Amino acid sequence: MSDKLKSNVPEGELADKWVNYRGTMPLVAPNNKRRIEIIVVGTGLAGAAAAATLGELGYNVKCFTFHDSPRRAHSVAAQGGINAAKNYQNDGDSVYRLFYDTIKGGDYRARESNVHRLAEVSRDIIDQCVAQGVPFAREYGGLLANRSFGGVQVQRTFYARGQTGQQLLIGAYSALSRQINRGSVKMYNRHEMLDLVLVDGKARGIITRNLLNGKIESHAAHSVVLATGGYGNVFYLSTNAMNSNVSAAWRAHKKGAYFANPCYTQIHPTCIPVSGEYQSKLTLMSESLRNDGRVWVPKKKEDCKKDPTTIPEEDRDYYLERIYPAFGNLVPRDVASRAAKYVTDEGRGVGATGLAVYLDFASAIERYGKSEAIAKGMINPSAAKIKEMGEAAVKERYGNLFHMYEKITDENPYKTPMKIFPAVHYTMGGIWVDYNLQTTIPGCFALGEANFSDHGANRLGASALMQGLADGYFVIPYTIGTFLSKEIRTPKIASDLPEFKKAEEAVTSRINQLLNVGGNQSVESFHRRLGRIMWDYCGMSRNAEGLAKARTMIQELRKEFYSDVFVPGTNEEYNPELEKALRVADFLELGELMVCDALDRNESCGGHFREEYQEEGGEAKRNDNDYMYVAAWEYLNGPDWELHKENLKYENIEVKTRSYK
Amino acid sequence: MNWFIRFLTSSIGRKLVMSLTGLFLIVFLVVHLGGNLQLLNNDEGRSFNLYAKMMTTNPIIKFTSYGLYFFILLHAIQGLLIWNKNRAATGLKYAAKKRSPGVSWASSNMALLGTIILVFLGIHMGDFWFAMKFQAWPDADAGRELVKYTLDDGTISEAKNLYGKVNWSFSQAWIVVVYIISMIGLAFHLWHGFASAFQSLGLNHKKYTPFIEWVGKVYSIIIPLLFALIPIMYFLGKRFPDWLEFHFI
Amino acid sequence: MAEKTINITLKVWREGGKYGSGKFETYPLKDIGTDMSFLEMFDVLNEELVSKKEMPVAFEHDCREGICGTCSMVIDGQPHGPMKGTTTCQLHMRSFKDGATITVEPFRAKAFPVIRDLVVDRSSFDAIIQAGGYISVNTGQAQDANSIPIEKETSEKAFDAATCIGCGACVAACPNSAAMLFTSAKVSHLGTMPQGKVEADKRVQAMVNQMDKEGFGMCSNVKACEAECPKEISVENIAIMNRAYMSSVLGSDKEA
Repeated sequence: MSDKLKSNVPEGELADKWVNYRGTMPLVAPNNKRRIEIIVVGTGLAGAAAAATLGELGYNVKCFTFHDSPRRAHSVAAQGGINAAKNYQNDGDSVYRLFYDTIKGGDYRARESNVHRLAEVSRDIIDQCVAQGVPFAREYGGLLANRSFGGVQVQRTFYARGQTGQQLLIGAYSALSRQINRGSVKMYNRHEMLDLVLVDGKARGIITRNLLNGKIESHAAHSVVLATGGYGNVFYLSTNAMNSNVSAAWRAHKKGAYFANPCYTQIHPTCIPVSGEYQSKLTLMSESLRNDGRVWVPKKKEDCKKDPTTIPEEDRDYYLERIYPAFGNLVPRDVASRAAKYVTDEGRGVGATGLAVYLDFASAIERYGKSEAIAKGMINPSAAKIKEMGEAAVKERYGNLFHMYEKITDENPYKTPMKIFPAVHYTMGGIWVDYNLQTTIPGCFALGEANFSDHGANRLGASALMQGLADGYFVIPYTIGTFLSKEIRTPKIASDLPEFKKAEEAVTSRINQLLNVGGNQSVESFHRRLGRIMWDYCGMSRNAEGLAKARTMIQELRKEFYSDVFVPGTNEEYNPELEKALRVADFLELGELMVCDALDRNESCGGHFREEYQEEGGEAKRNDNDYMYVAAWEYLNGPDWELHKENLKYENIEVKTRSYK
Repeated sequence: MNWFIRFLTSSIGRKLVMSLTGLFLIVFLVVHLGGNLQLLNNDEGRSFNLYAKMMTTNPIIKFTSYGLYFFILLHAIQGLLIWNKNRAATGLKYAAKKRSPGVSWASSNMALLGTIILVFLGIHMGDFWFAMKFQAWPDADAGRELVKYTLDDGTISEAKNLYGKVNWSFSQAWIVVVYIISMIGLAFHLWHGFASAFQSLGLNHKKYTPFIEWVGKVYSIIIPLLFALIPIMYFLGKRFPDWLEFHFI
Repeated sequence: MAEKTINITLKVWREGGKYGSGKFETYPLKDIGTDMSFLEMFDVLNEELVSKKEMPVAFEHDCREGICGTCSMVIDGQPHGPMKGTTTCQLHMRSFKDGATITVEPFRAKAFPVIRDLVVDRSSFDAIIQAGGYISVNTGQAQDANSIPIEKETSEKAFDAATCIGCGACVAACPNSAAMLFTSAKVSHLGTMPQGKVEADKRVQAMVNQMDKEGFGMCSNVKACEAECPKEISVENIAIMNRAYMSSVLGSDKEA
């Protein structure tokens, strides 16, 4: 293990580590907090929560977002819910069970101590959010309601209709707004971080571009916190927002922060499929639909373009039920996604592009209709009546989702089966952090989806919101003290130090380089091509040959980008094309690292499936002997990377294989 | 009183002023209409002229009338101020204009409608109120004469024959047209204003609001219609039948 | 499934750069798939402009799922276009007829100055929230979540107000450019819940004062805001805020 990869996990029993650590860690006294400045980049759940809490504690916070308002961060789009080990349903939930489910769901590739801490603070998150006024769903008695989510056997998910992320973000945003009003946080909207500045090896500031007028500015602080989200947009098409990007994290990586497990990508099986070349993004349909929907494709290729309702039962292949009789349509996300890929690869995909499978509610409608008829004491109800009652029952359960589907596709999912296809949804990898959430650059911290820490190789549903808020509200406010307590004698960092000037110049020359290429292809077209390479070779399933090929293709694409991209306009104006160009330039490097990581990991686990490593029948084959480590990549010029390994130890949990057959 | 001035000049405070004065004027309209309908009695103006005399001599009513003038002015001036401030708050006009579904035309033209009513008030007050209060009676050339009525207790009461003045005015076609147009303007103004006053006061309730809106719509049609009925019937030379004789107060 | 296509003419407001203080520019677009979203249609236009080495039309967008509130645009006189309860990003080209001329303008209000083309500055909304749109609770101070029971219906009502995405369509639709629906949605969301009642008196005064300071117009109960709100937030919230404001100023000892 490299010296830089010190996980700094406290000693002691797993369950006591955090409590004891919190009680003994070095603190910064209030009078010193007033003198210390912290930069927080990003205003999603992690960033807004961190900025607000650090402001409450008395630090001077400067908070940055490229959005026009902190409330727009992509955490806003999370639908399902947030997990917490409250055991309000009295169904046997506990901190240990949440910890266990998360480690197991992550296919034994996450750090035990971090995940246990996450499970511990999950309870405080719900308390905090309710106090902020988040309108979680409630029972008639006035107490909080829960539902259950994939991969667990208890009901621990708190939710706010299908808008949990929005409501939690508004909570964090309002806490942040309160600190802005108090003057403890200074907010910089429409500022994009373009570089991290190190002074004497410590993170001391950032370089930003004011998106309104292109002004390049230096901002200095004692410490920099990155909460800049995931990098799923490297695939061009994903459920991420259009402007989600890797740039801030990537800049930190290039300045010395190791990037961990970049190849772990979560592909969500139920998204609305691509409908044409112009498609800009993909929309998720909640996983809950698989409770009642049956997934199928035609047995014969020639049936694929036919009206699905005319295809007789015997010509349909309910492939999930066929291959996984024990779990059927409710296999985990990675398994369902891969199976969809297999059948479409065989040429049995449906829809205009052939890249979709059916999610059919006809049998659910009939089943619900019949049971309604029995409940109402009807004798020999007509088929039409059964259908009518069945549709009403389905509407009650999934009405809003069906409505959204119809709005987007103009097809009535009650009458004709939905078409769905897997899409990139979340990235488990990210900047490597230790137990304190500090990166390999002293003074630089990473939170939320931007770091790699809690989800291993696969994230469970409703855990992303939990992690973002845990990091922001309940971890960083304490752990940042481990660094800052040694900085109380450091005077205010000046933003005109030579290090800042140099970084500003580097940023300016990068911008000029892009503006001066003067080629013929749009930024968008490069992004689309990169996405295609990533999806084809580093998507749902990967193999050594394809990955090696992809690496060359990305290198060539990058070369082409710098010789033929066209970026209109100038730096000194509102120029979204330039913003995009800077982001795509970074994706073009990240893509290569993802491929390297996927090539290095000669096993299949969670969101990483290598075709060479599978059991009989296509199941993922993990290799715990050789690959039970976090792959942390150090950036070298070229670009090239050096691998550092953090070995994972499981002392409180038995490592097992997953099977769903 | 700084906080109070701030309250009255806040956006919600200004709307409160509009709402309260508006509601007062809505009540006044009913009173005014009640008096006016006596013009349609088939009694050569006796009931109306005696009522008009009482209205101009009773000290309580005199006192109330100053309040009324003040509220009319307040409502009008505040309305124009709000219109002006709102104009300053809006950006460029949209090139493509489309009224949002469910939005009434009246609601976005309250200032215009209010101005029509204000102009009408000028004409109306000049015609009757000013004549009654400040012009010389009798003046036969302008239709102003005095009449004597024997009251029930046998006393004689001399009154200005405002009825005659009305009769004279409403024989002019243009005046009748002005009145009808103005009453249409008033109807639209009330169509939005009635329910809006309650909303501004913060009275929006799942159970009561539909009722308030219904009453508002009925009111905004019936009241202006009855007001307009007077010049129309005068112009046509019609009166109520005797059995409908109506005394207000 | 053969895709249907239409031809349209876009009349788009361009402002800033070579367009100075602004004018309409007309762009004919051919073979636009009806399954495209309105913003994807703009992507197609912009790709075309970039290929001609021109500045693309600036418009704001992010999640394209109707929840972030970034997208704006007034389409044929309606904020977020003709479909009820829908943001621009979720509007599809099938809502338009073949051969249609579509006029696209930025949200217009003095408090939302145009930055470029269809992009406006909505930071006045942030200022209103910063003035008091929160419950003053520090991290870690909260008691157990279930120690405050809230009636389901009350919670749902607060939720209906809380669904506001802060897009500004209410202001854009209002003939007075008033921000009453936005402000009242927050006042009502927090003021309805027991946690938020504690500082409700102070909150409503602070938020209304800030709203006035930002230069928004005054509400005349036109209700265009409710009609155009992509989240269909009710004007009942405005009445709730009026009530709260009056009772706070006249009935409490608070002064903000």
